[in-house]
Amino acid sequence: MTLFRNVVFIAAIAGLVAGVVLACMQAFATVPLILKAEVYEQAGGGHTHDHAAAPAANATDANAMSSAEPAAPAAEDEGWAPADGFERFAFNVVANVVTGIGFALILVAASEFAGGIGNWRQGLFWGLAGFAVFTLAPNLGLPPELPAMPAADLTQRQIWWTATVVATAAGLGLLAFRKSLPLALLAVALIVAPHIVGAPQPDSFESPIPEGLHHQFVVAVTLTNLVFWLVLGAAVGVVRGRLTGTASGLRDSFA
Amino acid sequence: MNTASVSLGASVSSQSRFVQLALVAFLGIFVMGFVGFSHIDAVHNAAHDYRHSMAFPCH
Repeated sequence: MTLFRNVVFIAAIAGLVAGVVLACMQAFATVPLILKAEVYEQAGGGHTHDHAAAPAANATDANAMSSAEPAAPAAEDEGWAPADGFERFAFNVVANVVTGIGFALILVAASEFAGGIGNWRQGLFWGLAGFAVFTLAPNLGLPPELPAMPAADLTQRQIWWTATVVATAAGLGLLAFRKSLPLALLAVALIVAPHIVGAPQPDSFESPIPEGLHHQFVVAVTLTNLVFWLVLGAAVGVVRGRLTGTASGLRDSFA
Repeated sequence: MNTASVSLGASVSSQSRFVQLALVAFLGIFVMGFVGFSHIDAVHNAAHDYRHSMAFPCH
């Protein structure tokens, strides 16, 4: 199982690096917007999280103060959640690192089938592919949501998300590694199909979240994910190069 | 399957290679699925900001 061990080792290091980078970017770019949205969520009296029960600590909005108390009973229903502040941040870092390693495992396994990521520059292109598969494609149909935004049934969205990721990955793989016109056409069809089927949408788009805040959030999510994937791909290339002792050329990995 | 000149785990048969890489991929999918998709409340709450920030379907 040397291959297995090496691949997991590379993924662990690369995922750790990229996950920490992403957590730092989120702390500045996306989490503040989530906290703002939770103030609206509280004011609207809709679905609440227990950590949202005390947004006053993070947000200055006066609405939070008035609505913090009625929200408290909801905490009992929603189970354990990290306390606001450091604990919440720490869990976010852990989630980022753990899934960073998860994405890295998938990325390294996929790239090894194609000969492996030889260096950091090659890694950037694999990272772009990962970004397209895991961020761009699913986000076209299901844009990043803030708390309190209306959304369709969770399980349905998760199924659509997963199917879109699989179809887009298969499509990109066919485009990159098969040199035949019919397969290229099939690839395009695979990439387009989930969007023709369409993502599950909520019954009503009425939302307490201002349009501007949501737009800011979509931009922040897309850009932080782009950087995450570029860092992840490049880190895999660097760590793998160190492990094999050589940096193979760009051509080697395109079949 | 011919692999590139530089590969990890040099003396591995192509079949074993496939199995090992598939295992890695499944491990990755499992990890990602657990953190990003689990319906368990505690897991959801712990990774709440992360799920929103990654645009995973949430709530």
